[in-house]
Amino acid sequence: MRKTLFDKIWSSHVVEEIPSGPSVLYIDRHYIHEVTSPQAFDGIEKRGLKVRRPDLTYATCDHNVPTKNQHLHIKDPLSALPVAKLLQNTQKHNITYFPLGDPSNGVVHIIGPELGLTLCGMTVVCGDSHTSTHGAFGNIAFGIGTTEVEMVLATQTLMQYKPKQMKIEINGSLLPGVCAKDIILHIISKLGTSCGAGFFIEFCGTTISALSMEGRMTICNMSIEMGAKGGMIAPDDKAINYLKDRNYSPRGEEWIRLTGEWKNLASDKDARFDANYLFNAQEVYPMITYGTNPGAGIQIRENIPYATESNNPQSFYKSLNYMGFKEGEKLLGKEIDYIFLGSCTNGRIEDFRLFASFVKGKRKAENVIAWLVPGSKRVEKEIEEEGIGKIIRDAGFELREPGCSACLAMNEDKIPPGKYCLSVSNRNFEGRQGPGARTILCGPAVAAVSAITGVITDPLEFLK
Amino acid sequence: MSFEKFQILISKPIILSVENIDTDQIIPARFLKSTTREGIGEKLFYDWRHNKDGSCNQSSVFCINGPERQILAAGENFGCGSSREHAAWALYDYGIRAVISTSFADIFRGNALNNGLLPVKVSKDFMKHIFDSPLREIKIDLNNRTISFMDSPLYEEFRIEPYKQKCLLGGYEDIDYLLSHSGMIDNYEKLHKIQ
Ligand code: SF4
Repeated sequence: MRKTLFDKIWSSHVVEEIPSGPSVLYIDRHYIHEVTSPQAFDGIEKRGLKVRRPDLTYATCDHNVPTKNQHLHIKDPLSALPVAKLLQNTQKHNITYFPLGDPSNGVVHIIGPELGLTLCGMTVVCGDSHTSTHGAFGNIAFGIGTTEVEMVLATQTLMQYKPKQMKIEINGSLLPGVCAKDIILHIISKLGTSCGAGFFIEFCGTTISALSMEGRMTICNMSIEMGAKGGMIAPDDKAINYLKDRNYSPRGEEWIRLTGEWKNLASDKDARFDANYLFNAQEVYPMITYGTNPGAGIQIRENIPYATESNNPQSFYKSLNYMGFKEGEKLLGKEIDYIFLGSCTNGRIEDFRLFASFVKGKRKAENVIAWLVPGSKRVEKEIEEEGIGKIIRDAGFELREPGCSACLAMNEDKIPPGKYCLSVSNRNFEGRQGPGARTILCGPAVAAVSAITGVITDPLEFLK
Repeated sequence: MSFEKFQILISKPIILSVENIDTDQIIPARFLKSTTREGIGEKLFYDWRHNKDGSCNQSSVFCINGPERQILAAGENFGCGSSREHAAWALYDYGIRAVISTSFADIFRGNALNNGLLPVKVSKDFMKHIFDSPLREIKIDLNNRTISFMDSPLYEEFRIEPYKQKCLLGGYEDIDYLLSHSGMIDNYEKLHKIQ
């Protein structure tokens, strides 16, 4: 039978298939962070268990960390506590931990691939929904709950039902100024936030192949926003080159053996999927969201739809009311208060390069407060090495230190109630960026040009 | 964590007829800093249950229908967003034992099942009956996989994996199974080169 990429990785990781039950799946890489791990460590300790494979487990702190003065202690005692617990737990169980300030510290989904810990053809899990990011290298990568974190710590396996499979193919070349984030926001706006429930998605097509690894990670990162278990892309030379010589990447003969195996990691021609969708890259335009879920997206030049076009007017009005928008309204030219560049969706070096290319030689608008937060220490370092830091500072922006920051506002980076934030993160839920905060999702290009004009601006018009 | 066995549940529903209720609404991120699970039910839907000044929002369905109702009925795509298991813990701790919706986000569904909270997926028609009649008692029978109204013969079957059904009926957890089969994991590790 013809197999999909997913089938191939899945079957090589099945430890046992329980008749008419789930499969026991072996986990190659387990990432942990401070928010979803403390209760799991408590759980294994209560049972008197050890961590089965500390060598396959890696930890970072990211959600609670301040993005200023990281060399000082974490001020908020409620944030300091889970971070202190993580240090304790990792020391006790002999797990490699990248603490605050460590050159390898950063947002968990940024550092995994960056350090060469995420490779290809693996099973990767983390107590965090955006674990789907690691699928960009051809992995079965998905987020798990704390009970499952406990299971992986104790047994290095999970009990899983095999999901259905979906193929999303995108062909053609993108308009200049359109980026990976626009592709995924476009797809979610067309298919909806629950179309992926019960599915694992494979993204393919010429548009996807042409994307950088950073762009592919942005796409897989947000597959969770379609309700999918995860998203993946078959590895190619680009993926292999990205991973070559990273800190933890295998070297020498091992590297040659592995890359040889990875070359076979692709869906067989004519492999069957349970659902198929086809998109044309030419139809993708810079996107923004107007509502309180990532499916509420429009092309930046379009108007907000009318309630009559929605299948649940009650939810539609509730979200517009929260956002302070009206149906049929135009968003271009609307004044904004904050810009957030960062997160595991768009906090990589390529995003900062793109941002810098738009703001170079310009000035930040007076009315805008901008938080530019690198996804990791390494991204921070590259920003300076490439001279991007200077460009950004010359344009009146300030760079902060790495962490999740305003993506979910667990630290002090909160957007005040009622304020509008153009954010390159992944979720525009009510209160996601702080109680009452109004989030408009977009890609780094829209964020950059709007930071200069102070109003929602179309990067394609700006380029003219 | 251990949870109560689930057999038959009879309760009126708390109705939240909103789509895409995400885990940030169920339990806002600022309440995830605690490193234990105790008392988390108090923070359930915190920003919907409270006014800006922190006082209880008397018009919220939770204040009106109080914690005696053990079923939550909500719009499509319930539990989307973050993988935080705190969402399932908060619902359970508050006293909810089953959530009814026309669809659930995958991670939430898995987390709920791992914590003795039953996600019941129903048809759009059945959902409409529930939304239209918040005062009618609902019966959920896990053994027979049926959901019905106490005052009418109308019922629907729902899907749950037989293995998960057994776990909920008996109060077992996956980890018990895995730990008792650790030999097969040893074997797998012997036979495979782990990257
Ligand atoms: S950056 Fe945002 S989405 Fe990514 S792990 Fe952190 S909080 Fe989650």
